[in-house]
Amino acid sequence: MADPIPGAKIPTVIADELHIVYRVNGAKTGKGSATSALSRILRRGESPGVRKVHAVRGVSFVSYRGEAVGLIGSNGSGKSTLLRAIAGLLPAESGHVYTDGQPSLLGVNAALMNDLTGERNVILGGLAMGMSREEIKERYQQIVDFSGINEKGDFITLPMRTYSSGMAARLRFSIAAAKDHDVLMIDEALATGDRSFQKRSEDRIRELRKHAGTVFLVSHNNKSIRDTCDRVLWLERGELRMDGPTEEVLKEYEKFTGK
Amino acid sequence: MSDRPSPDDGLSAAGLAAKYGLAVSGARPRLVEYVRQLWGRRHFILAFSQAKLTAQYSQAKLGQLWQVATPLLNAAVYFFIFGVILKADRGMPREVYIPFLVTGVFVFTFTQSSVMAGVRAISGNLGLVRALHFPRAALPVSFALQQLQQLLFSMLVLFIVSIGFGSYPKASWLLIVPALALQFLFNTGLALIMARWGSATPDLAQLMPFVMRTWMYASGVMFSIPVMLADKPVWVADVLQWNPAAIYMDLMRFALIDGYGPENLPPHVWAVAGGWAALFAVGGFVYFWQSEERYGRG
Repeated sequence: MADPIPGAKIPTVIADELHIVYRVNGAKTGKGSATSALSRILRRGESPGVRKVHAVRGVSFVSYRGEAVGLIGSNGSGKSTLLRAIAGLLPAESGHVYTDGQPSLLGVNAALMNDLTGERNVILGGLAMGMSREEIKERYQQIVDFSGINEKGDFITLPMRTYSSGMAARLRFSIAAAKDHDVLMIDEALATGDRSFQKRSEDRIRELRKHAGTVFLVSHNNKSIRDTCDRVLWLERGELRMDGPTEEVLKEYEKFTGK
Repeated sequence: MSDRPSPDDGLSAAGLAAKYGLAVSGARPRLVEYVRQLWGRRHFILAFSQAKLTAQYSQAKLGQLWQVATPLLNAAVYFFIFGVILKADRGMPREVYIPFLVTGVFVFTFTQSSVMAGVRAISGNLGLVRALHFPRAALPVSFALQQLQQLLFSMLVLFIVSIGFGSYPKASWLLIVPALALQFLFNTGLALIMARWGSATPDLAQLMPFVMRTWMYASGVMFSIPVMLADKPVWVADVLQWNPAAIYMDLMRFALIDGYGPENLPPHVWAVAGGWAALFAVGGFVYFWQSEERYGRG
C-alpha cells in the first residue's frame, strides 16, 4: 500500500510508555489460610493478598497505515497482553495507547456457547463482534461454507459441544474472520484444523490484511512472520527489546533463541 | 523505518496522536455516546440473554420444561414450609394466601436472581470482556433481561395458581405489565451497580446470598407486613413496606388476587414504584458507566 504523499507516513497506533499490570487474587505464595485472608481484608489499602504481574513494561512505538507488524518473543513475554492493550481491552497502568478507529482482535471464542447449535453461535458471534442482523444473514452461508462444517452432514444444527475440537476451531475461525477491521490483530495459532482448512484460513487472513489499515500478528512461527510482516517488534519480559525491519530483528532473535 | 526523517519527528506521542486525530484506545465515551452505542448493541443484548436462557437447561432430559417446573417446585416448597408447617398465613384465607405466597416468591426471585447475575456479569465473563469490544453495560442488562424472560415462564405458573384458587382473569390483571416493567427497570439498575462492585470485589458473589435472604425475609414474601408487625412501632412496618421489593410484590398481588384489595397497599404506591425504578435505572447506569474503561482488569 503506497502512502498518499511519499515520506508522509500516517500513524495508526501510537504506544507511549505503556505499562500493563495484572492483579491476581488468591495467588499469593505462602499462607493461604482463612485467617490470613481475613487479616488481609482488615488491613485495607494496597492489599498484599493480591499479586501483581507486570506484564508490559514501558513499551513505546508508532505504527503506520499499511504496515504489517509482527510481534515475537518467548512464551509469557507479554505479546498477547500488548495486543489486548492496543485494542483497548486491558486498561493501562500508566502510559497511553492512541489508535485510529477501533482495533479489533481476531477471535470470538469467548462469546460462543457450547450448549447452543452452530447455527445460533454464528449469529451470536456475529452480533458480539458488532455486526448487524442483516450483515450476518447476508454472510451466514459464506461462514458455514467456509468452515466446512456441513461437508460431513448437517452438523450446523447440532450443539457445538458435539463437535470435534478441530470442527469447533474451524467454526470459531470462520465466524471471527467474517468481519473486516481497520486495525486487525491476529494472535498466533489461529489457523487450526486439517491441511486444507489451514490453507483456506491463511488465504483468508491475507485477504483481511488487504482490507485492514494496519495488521499486528503474534506468532512463534518465524516463517509466517517473514511471509506477512515488514516490521517486527521483539518483546522479552515485557520490554521492547528490538524494533525494526523483519530480517534484522529475526536474525537477532534467532541468535538469541539459539536456532 | 524510524530512521527516515519526517516532519513529525519533533512531536511527542500525544502531539502526534492529536495531529492525526488518533484517540486513546479503550477510553470511556461520553454518556450520550455510550447510550447510543448500547442501543446499537440491542440485538446482541437480546440474543445473548436468550442464548443464556436456552443453554441453561440444554443438557437436561426434560429440556426447556424446567423453565416452568423450577418455579413450580419452588412455590411448592415454600407452600409446604410456610403454609403447612409454620402457618404464616395469620388468618389469611387459603385462596388468598397461596397465590399471595407464590406471587411473593416469584417476584422476589426475579430481583434476587438479577442481583446474583449482576454480581457475576463482569467478573464471570472476563474472557468476553478481554476479547471483544462492546459497551460493558450490555452484559448486566442482558442478564437482567434473561431473568425477565425467566420470570415470564414463572408468570404462566402464577396464572394457573391464581385461577386454581379462584382469582379469575379480570381487568386489573393488566396492571401486571406496568408493575413488571417498573420492576425490570429497578432490577436492571441494581444489576448494573452490582456488576461494578462485583468486578472490583468478586467476593461479593459469596456474600450476596445472605444479604438477599435477609432482604427476602424483611420484605414480607411469605407473610403480610402490616399483620405480622401489628404490635411493633408503626414506622418499622412502614419502612419495610416502602422497600422496593415489597412494593413490587404488593403491586403484583393487588393486580392478581381477588381478596387482596387496595387496603393492603401503602399510600402512593405507584409513585413509589416508579420512583425506585427511575432512581435505580438512571443512577445504576451512570454509576456503571463511570467505571467503563476499568472493566477487564483482572
